[in-house]
Amino acid sequence: MTAYDVESGDQVHPGRPVTVDRYTAGARLNHWVTAICLVLLALSGLALFTPSLYFLTGLFGGGQWTRTVHPWIGVVLFVSFFGLFVRFWKANLWKAEDGTWMARMRDVLGGHEENLPEIGKYNAGQKVVFWAMSLLIIVLIVSGFAIWDQYFAQYTTIDQKRWAVLIHAMAAVTIICVWIVHVYAAIWVRGTISAMTKGRVTGGWAWRHHRKWLRELVSGKK
Amino acid sequence: MANFEFVTSPAPTKDIKVGLGDGDLVKRSASTVSPPAKALTPVAKLIDVSKCIGCKACEVACLEWNDKRIPVGENVGSYDFPPDLTPNMFTVMRFTEWVNPQSQNLEWLIRKDGCMHCEDPGCLKACPAPGAIVQYSNGIVDFDHDKCIGCGYCVKGCPFNIPRISQVDHKAYKCTLCSDRVAVGQGPACAHACPTHAIVFGTKDEMKKHADDRIKDLKSRGFANAGLYDPPGVGGTHVMYVLHHADQPQIYANLPKDPHISPIVEVWKGLTKYAGLAAMGAFAVIGLVHHVVTGANRVSPEDEANAEKLTGGRP
Repeated sequence: MTAYDVESGDQVHPGRPVTVDRYTAGARLNHWVTAICLVLLALSGLALFTPSLYFLTGLFGGGQWTRTVHPWIGVVLFVSFFGLFVRFWKANLWKAEDGTWMARMRDVLGGHEENLPEIGKYNAGQKVVFWAMSLLIIVLIVSGFAIWDQYFAQYTTIDQKRWAVLIHAMAAVTIICVWIVHVYAAIWVRGTISAMTKGRVTGGWAWRHHRKWLRELVSGKK
Repeated sequence: MANFEFVTSPAPTKDIKVGLGDGDLVKRSASTVSPPAKALTPVAKLIDVSKCIGCKACEVACLEWNDKRIPVGENVGSYDFPPDLTPNMFTVMRFTEWVNPQSQNLEWLIRKDGCMHCEDPGCLKACPAPGAIVQYSNGIVDFDHDKCIGCGYCVKGCPFNIPRISQVDHKAYKCTLCSDRVAVGQGPACAHACPTHAIVFGTKDEMKKHADDRIKDLKSRGFANAGLYDPPGVGGTHVMYVLHHADQPQIYANLPKDPHISPIVEVWKGLTKYAGLAAMGAFAVIGLVHHVVTGANRVSPEDEANAEKLTGGRP
């Protein structure tokens, strides 16, 4: 039986250095479609969130176009993220070592991997990002439909729309903060980005950050 | 001599030449404006509900002046036509059959609904498009359709449920208080058309004074609770009502008793905006500082060697 955190396509290639396949081409494509949507949504949403960023509507062809395309991009993101959810949910289930990892946040932020438990394909931080994104995207699409007046104005009362627009704004701010954490972590932990560009990481990276996952892949190979 | 005081009506409209322009703006959506050097005299439309006969001449005049047409409708069981405001119909007479519990009289309450031109306009507060909603120093709140993006935020901001979004050009519409007429010294079209002078227009002070006379008259006729509707919750309005039962405005087709901009809207356009920008900025700055302090988290040669050992070191 394969471990919970081994995903399809995960594979070790012995050599110097060892390389590990982490994301299939499908997963990477799925990720980048979602990523582009999220960035476009953040830009178009922020344009309508505060007057100081209204100039961002210029990227989308003006205010009317920004108002028009934003919800459609949201629909694409929802469908795309659903694909990621199906791929990644199992490996993001919470495990005992995740609590220990969280409790040692000081070592995490200090880069002292030697003090942290061995972890699977995703650490607790990645899991929090995954579940936060999943939850927030549901909140955003539901509240978004309530304020998509072009097609759905008649289904909600004005007071419900007021709540929806407030919740939509707060969820959007939160997801942008989660996104900043996600991007920053990928930059700070060197060797990570190649997982989503080339699909593979070095064995050393896997040993340092996801040793349990690496051991599972190696033992599965034997 | 008659033992009642005859209350004269002012002319249905009063010419106030103002020439509204960008220099007269006191508020502009999603922007800051410097107050105009010379503020215009605040104006107001006064609607005396007690004098309204429900003829809908105001609706016709509104359609005529604004060059709008509405489709032939169907009877929905009341005199209201159209049954609600639409992107083309900026004013609607709302008919209520109300039994006065004291007198047991059936009273036919007819309220001309439309934009109230709030001193503190919720639509303008909610609007994200710079200059799409403006307020002139005479109090008129106006939509600039060239700048409107059709997001519907004004609908959420308005405490009176007034703006309507067109499904044709996706822009918001409402009563302009005939700002284009007022700008050239004409009163609103509806006031001109009103055969009973139930709708009058002038400076806000004049209209309040006229309302006082009307209220005195109504009280002398037994309407003890007659009064002026100029709700302070939105800073007062530039469209006011004389109501025979000012103590219960809600009987006039749900005219709100104490309207104010919804606290949800206030939190959304206030705290959320500033706290949100601060939070996003803080996350970015914390990341930057963390990277500067901690340095990159790099994979060491030992890590690579350990991985090679684990995989058996085979090439």
